[in-house]
Amino acid sequence: MKIIVCVKQVPDTSGKVAVKEDGTMDRAAMATISNPDDMNALEAALQIKDANPDAKVIVLSMGPPPTESMLRECLAMGADEALLVSSREFGGADTYATSSTLTAAIRKLGLEQGDIVFCGRQAIDGDTAQVGPQIAEKLGIPQVTYVTGIEYKDGQLTVRRELEDGYMTIKVKTPCLLTCIKELNTPRYMSVSGIVGCYAKPYEVWDFNALSGDPTITVETVGLKGSPTQVYKSFSPPVKGAGTMLEGADKATCEQLVSLLEEKHII
Amino acid sequence: MAFNSKDTAAFKGVWVFCEQRDGVILGTGYQLLSEGRKLADDLGVELCGLLLGDKINQDYAKALGGYGADRVYICEHPLLKDYTTDGYTKVICDLVEEKKPEIFLIGATNIGRDLGPRVAARLNTGLTADCTHLDVDVAKYKDFLRTTSNIDVDNTKFEENQNLKATRPAFGGHLMATIICPDYRPQMCTVRPGVMQTAPYNEATAAKTVLETVAVKLDAADIQVDLVEIKKSAKKLVDLVGADVVVSVGRGISADPKRGLEIAEEMANVLGGVVGASRAVVDAGLIPADHQVGQTGKTVHAKIYVALGISGAIQHLAGMQDSECIIAVNKNGSAPIFDVATYGITGDLFKVGPMLTEAIAKYKASKV
Ligand SMILES: Cc1cc2nc3c(=O)[nH]c(=O)nc-3n(C[C@H](O)[C@H](O)[C@H](O)COP(=O)(O)OP(=O)(O)OC[C@H]3O[C@@H](n4cnc5c(N)ncnc54)[C@H](O)[C@@H]3O)c2cc1C
Repeated sequence: MKIIVCVKQVPDTSGKVAVKEDGTMDRAAMATISNPDDMNALEAALQIKDANPDAKVIVLSMGPPPTESMLRECLAMGADEALLVSSREFGGADTYATSSTLTAAIRKLGLEQGDIVFCGRQAIDGDTAQVGPQIAEKLGIPQVTYVTGIEYKDGQLTVRRELEDGYMTIKVKTPCLLTCIKELNTPRYMSVSGIVGCYAKPYEVWDFNALSGDPTITVETVGLKGSPTQVYKSFSPPVKGAGTMLEGADKATCEQLVSLLEEKHII
Repeated sequence: MAFNSKDTAAFKGVWVFCEQRDGVILGTGYQLLSEGRKLADDLGVELCGLLLGDKINQDYAKALGGYGADRVYICEHPLLKDYTTDGYTKVICDLVEEKKPEIFLIGATNIGRDLGPRVAARLNTGLTADCTHLDVDVAKYKDFLRTTSNIDVDNTKFEENQNLKATRPAFGGHLMATIICPDYRPQMCTVRPGVMQTAPYNEATAAKTVLETVAVKLDAADIQVDLVEIKKSAKKLVDLVGADVVVSVGRGISADPKRGLEIAEEMANVLGGVVGASRAVVDAGLIPADHQVGQTGKTVHAKIYVALGISGAIQHLAGMQDSECIIAVNKNGSAPIFDVATYGITGDLFKVGPMLTEAIAKYKASKV
């Protein structure tokens, strides 16, 4: 069986973020990390492989050439092969165009019964959670999102899908696409032998020409041109006007605060 | 004629997907209808609610009119009782292809975020996730930018058209981006629960709503998954979004988490509110995830939001900064939470918290 895991390298938005004068993100000035949810997806794939040693785990990413560093880490964690889809034509893609390109790559890898495509629920740079379901639709396979539990036995896949107020248990046919959230598992570390071996594992880069045999891939359907949505304006979020810092931190301060709240009819 | 998402002139009307679970319509449906009403008025078009389920209570359907829907499309089928990606996507896409709305809004619940991208991909159109502000009118959009952005509005060119301008946070809230989808229809958006405000219920408009039952074409073979069961969590979930007062705790309680939570509960009780938390507290397993406020938690518009021992990371601010009055208590006088606070106290929450609760209780007691 084949397990394809879609992973993305993202700017680390948890710390300070560099914003350029025109209001866009200065990606070059920021550290990159592997998207957190995608690592849960990879871990899920590796766990299935642990129990089914004949399974092959392929990590797939679309991005600029430096994405290689993340893919090598995935190989060091235990993935068998890595594929980077990278070409100037793919740049500036929204989720729709991204999913078209990844779909073409997955189709070229070939999906058969028994195979699974994994994605993280969402990437922290855009937080859209859209690429996974869009790939599933374009491949015409079933999807389950927000996966927090996976049982894979005798080719039968049963998953648990998180809801705000509970969960669903879903049996799903393969091939299918699952999107994973952090509650699913704890990603493993790279092993020493994994790090040593990661440069010997198959690593391929496919450019536009490698995918242009797919009827859905033309210069008009990928990258910025193939994106139905466009950024119209971007700007820094508003800074609120400074509030009032109260003096002290004792009983009198608390009573002063209560009278301010009363004056302003807040309580 | 085949459906063509690029034939923009053929599309008219604003639609809202009104999600139901167990026959009960979720609050996001009302919030989006209230917002959709404004867009429909600016465009001079009809606002339609879309309701999928089995044996739908007509009173519920009618109630959607009270929040602004001119028309409610009712799609009933035993296979639509509970959500499946395949069943809901098929029925919705069939109807969109027939009726051709220009704008289609979906609540960004766990289900809406599963459905939206699948529908958008099938219709070959764009989708903007987790929008926090929507405009079709250019003048209103400019007013919005004037109050919320650093853009020099009067010296910037704006195209005069009624395309949907959907604004959302990007890069974890460090940037705001307005997204358009000019060449494809419908223009689709998801909006997180609690982000839009529900308008007051209007009996008169409810009475005028047209209920239209749709002939649903669906059979078991259309659905590629087998929904084994749905389990509700036993615990009642906290209603952060609907609360007037939220008292939230952050990692500042970690010296004595039990006491810290107690302090927050006592203050929430006195103020008639509920307890919220930062993600740090949720990740530490001190409180269930439904209490989390922020980008990956709930968005609240509280009258009073108290932040005890919360640093004010941008992801947390994203979920609470539109509250009317923000009170922050933090040991560190330069914590970023003070940048959004209406009132700030530099101090230890274990000391200040109980004193503040006592002062509020004393005030309340003096008023009865
Ligand atoms: C993709 C992404 C999504 C995220 N989504 C969310 C989200 O939805 N919600 C969210 O909250 N976070 C979210 N985060 C995490 C966020 O970045 C912060 O890590 C988190 O909000 C920090 O929580 P905190 O303020 O409780 O903890 P800290 O940042 O550790 O702050 C603790 C504060 O308590 C103060 N303190 C300590 N002791 C005391 C005391 N005795 N009395 C008073 N003050 C004290 C300290 O001065 C400090 O300011 C997200 C992060 C990422 C990367």
